[in-house]
Amino acid sequence: MINASLVDQFPILSQTVNGQPLVYLDNAATTQKPAVVIAAIVDYYERLNSNVHRGAHHLSQLSTDAFELTRSKLQSHLHAAHEHEIIFTKGTTDSINLVAHGFRSFLSEGDEILVSEMAHHSNLVPWQITAKLTGATLRIIPMTPEGEMDLSAYENLLSKHTKLVAFSHISNALGSINPVKTLTDMAHAHGAAVLVDGAQALPHTLVDVQDLGVDFYAASAHKMYGPTGIGMLYGRSEWLNKLPPYQGGGEMIAEVSATSSTYADLPYKFEAGTPNIEAVIAWGTAIDWMNQVGIANIEAHETELLAYGHQLLAEIPGLILYGSPRHKAAVLSFNIDGLHPYDVGTLLDQMGIAVRTGQHCAQPIMTCLQVPGTIRASLAVYTRRSDLEALASGLKRAINALT
Amino acid sequence: MASIDDITADIVEDFEVFDNWMDKYEFIIDMSKSLAPMPAEKKQDINLIKGCQSQVWLDVQLDDKGLMLCHADADAIITKGMIALLLKPVQGQKPADVAACTYDFLTTIGLSQHLSPTRANGLLSMVKQIRMYGIAMQATSLP
Repeated sequence: MINASLVDQFPILSQTVNGQPLVYLDNAATTQKPAVVIAAIVDYYERLNSNVHRGAHHLSQLSTDAFELTRSKLQSHLHAAHEHEIIFTKGTTDSINLVAHGFRSFLSEGDEILVSEMAHHSNLVPWQITAKLTGATLRIIPMTPEGEMDLSAYENLLSKHTKLVAFSHISNALGSINPVKTLTDMAHAHGAAVLVDGAQALPHTLVDVQDLGVDFYAASAHKMYGPTGIGMLYGRSEWLNKLPPYQGGGEMIAEVSATSSTYADLPYKFEAGTPNIEAVIAWGTAIDWMNQVGIANIEAHETELLAYGHQLLAEIPGLILYGSPRHKAAVLSFNIDGLHPYDVGTLLDQMGIAVRTGQHCAQPIMTCLQVPGTIRASLAVYTRRSDLEALASGLKRAINALT
Repeated sequence: MASIDDITADIVEDFEVFDNWMDKYEFIIDMSKSLAPMPAEKKQDINLIKGCQSQVWLDVQLDDKGLMLCHADADAIITKGMIALLLKPVQGQKPADVAACTYDFLTTIGLSQHLSPTRANGLLSMVKQIRMYGIAMQATSLP
């Protein structure tokens, strides 16, 4: 189980904000980093710094080995069939754009892309662009009032015209956990490819891409205790081999003449230019750290804290909680009746409580809920019961000041 | 009528009492309640101030003496308190004086520095809009 000293491994969490001890509840935006991950970044620059895959010298060999070790860690963490099915990107958004860009070659008028009303803008806007450029039609899978994907509407939208279905594993705004395997099987039955935004899932739960059967799975390191600016795209080899390159440059080529080139094999075909080496290596450290803590322990801790959070928030007069899906991850999205989320968020900030207020890059959800935004408290492995108690008492104080 | 400088000096004095931001915000929230209600027909999209995260409406007319008569509202209380704070020194003043108002007191009371960049931009948009009215109206107002 998670013990109290775990929080001590996160240097940033011991500080004060506006004279109050920091209560960090914005983990769906980004998680804090344990000292071992920060140390890995420093260690890279003190001991390894050298470009990967290029120089035939000692340091380059060491940095390349460390870099490729993270790929192998990701392969086993996600249970991908091959190491070359893991592509390093700038993050989840970049991964989705890579696929959306590639699909421009496969789509034309009459084809359909299904996206979710619950999607983060990163899994919506790239498909809008691809649809516009190819003449394909974008169709929206609606959500139910509980904040779940509407499965019967989804079934009705699927047809022989559906070429790709894109949705998130866990909604960043509501915490809803989508039934990825079911949704994927249904899409495959119609011959459509499936891309899953896993940014909110990998920090909280075990993911087995082969078991889920997905074609593409995107994630970011910074939401799973790793550095910012690095992410990955898992793609099944069949798809990645078909997909044209996203960006041209060094590292991604086999032979180059002045007028044409042949491309490198997977995964390098999609990794043009010098990558974010330090972040890739430190991400490997973050994955090891998560596995040492134990993904099952993280999930159990967060589930327990989420229930406690629900219990505390239920006692606050006028609090409206959004999303009551049957399966929910560590997100509490709510408003106080009659109060603007910005007002509440601003006062919580004065008390050292960090929450996200606004639309959480998911404007269609806010339109569906008919709210200007919500207050979102999101949990992580280091969240304590005292953090949620501080949130509850902070909310009561904010309500008093605002009414 | 007290001058803009006198009123801003009073505001600075009001804020000197508080040693923490929670209290300052409570004062700003109280100011939102001092704002005269905005007539419903003025709460139109054309009066929305661009660049604010929450919705802020501002309407300015000249009264029969050629002085600025401002109405404002916002959907968030703190934002409403902020526009009330900004309008307090310029309400009923000559447009030329409003056009010249520097709003330096926002720095003196620490508000400009305290806000997050998005909120600071919103505050700046409100200040700009108020001063724009002053500039535009100084030509049409009486001497």
